Amino acid sequence: MIIDVLLVLMAVIVWVLGRSRNLFGVIILSGAYSFLMATLLVALDAVDVAMTEASVGAGISTVLLLGALFLCHSEEARPVRKPWLPLAMVISVGALLVYGTLGLPEFSNPQAPIHTHVVPRYLNELKEEVAVPNVVTAVLASYRGYDTLGETTVVFTAGAGVVALLRRRRKDREG
Amino acid sequence: MTSAGSSTTLGHFAYFITVFLMMAGLFIVIARGNLIKKLIGLGIFQTSVYLLYIAPGKLVGGTAPILNEAFTVYSNPLPHVLILTAIVVGVATLALGLALVVRIREAYGSIEEDDLLKQDTTPEPSPQEQ
Amino acid sequence: MRNDLILRVVAKMVIPFVLLFALYVQFHGDFGPGGGFQAGVILAAAVIFYALIFGLADARKVVPEPLVESMMAIGVLIYAGVGVAGLLLGGNYLDYFVLDPDPVHGQHRGIFWVEVGVATTVSGVMLKIFYMFAGRGKVDE
Repeated sequence: MIIDVLLVLMAVIVWVLGRSRNLFGVIILSGAYSFLMATLLVALDAVDVAMTEASVGAGISTVLLLGALFLCHSEEARPVRKPWLPLAMVISVGALLVYGTLGLPEFSNPQAPIHTHVVPRYLNELKEEVAVPNVVTAVLASYRGYDTLGETTVVFTAGAGVVALLRRRRKDREG
Repeated sequence: MTSAGSSTTLGHFAYFITVFLMMAGLFIVIARGNLIKKLIGLGIFQTSVYLLYIAPGKLVGGTAPILNEAFTVYSNPLPHVLILTAIVVGVATLALGLALVVRIREAYGSIEEDDLLKQDTTPEPSPQEQ
Repeated sequence: MRNDLILRVVAKMVIPFVLLFALYVQFHGDFGPGGGFQAGVILAAAVIFYALIFGLADARKVVPEPLVESMMAIGVLIYAGVGVAGLLLGGNYLDYFVLDPDPVHGQHRGIFWVEVGVATTVSGVMLKIFYMFAGRGKVDE
């Protein structure tokens, strides 16, 4: 299936990204990874999330990373001593997680608990209560409106934080 | 199309790749010294978590969760809502992290973790300080 | 990049369509994929595109910094204001049913204004962060 092909491609890109030392190439690869992720999300029927991931992950993230790279003038990451301890730790945690995922309901099972609690109420009562065809927008803005208020505040706080960190220009500090 | 119960391992392939991506992101965060690369590794970790949430919501034969007369089976919209929030919060933290990296670069002259530790732990014998 | 003819012409042709697409995604978020976040980011991307081609100083003239900073805050205020309007009209905080005599129409109104608030904040924040990063390294050209 297309999902498996995309997953393998993403794993390959992450592998190359981890081993690459040229920071510019790493940032471009992360942009390509975000695009693949957006395509995979469309294949998984998550169209709203795909649009957000494509615009935010592949668009804004790449722009911000390139801007930071320009400001840092960084050379490539130098090779460190052999990372045996992190590798061992990562492999053991990965094995534990794989063992954990074996207990998850299998892919595309309509009886899985995720489909049976509150989602049928959303899908069935949407027509009478809200009458907005896009379920994701209705849930985001109406049923879970508090979460979206918190998220908007988080975005605003991040903007205020960046302004606070970067406000004084470097010219003033040297003057 | 996978029939129920027959190809469990193939059905779990998405979860295996998710765990691989998660561990690759974690490895980049803990084993690479460059601060910008660490932030990218953190981003990869976050996208693997999105996958972990959205993959179980997909129903083969269903469609995107936009109500329409022609369809009766929809993919689960609730993880989409949660992950939408998570993506935007992720880019907000990335922006803050990059602002910190820029300030660190201006203060220390380098964004390699080893250089930063060395500059922090060796006392500088400088006549301007007390 | 302003001396490159192809980039300039293509930018002038493409940017209005990107702005229109941002508005489309915003207002058709009820009927198709889309909504406030995507629209805000696409709007910011259009202005960032303009800044990349024509220079940061020109972009600052078209979308000045005080406007961007106030957009950041006004979006959150719109969102919270919809909640307070729900309070003033007799319901709970962020209750959309009371915004209109017909409850379903009240939901539509609430969702519309909430998405406008979200799009304003997101586009303001993304643009402001870009301005901060791009304006930091060197003197304004």
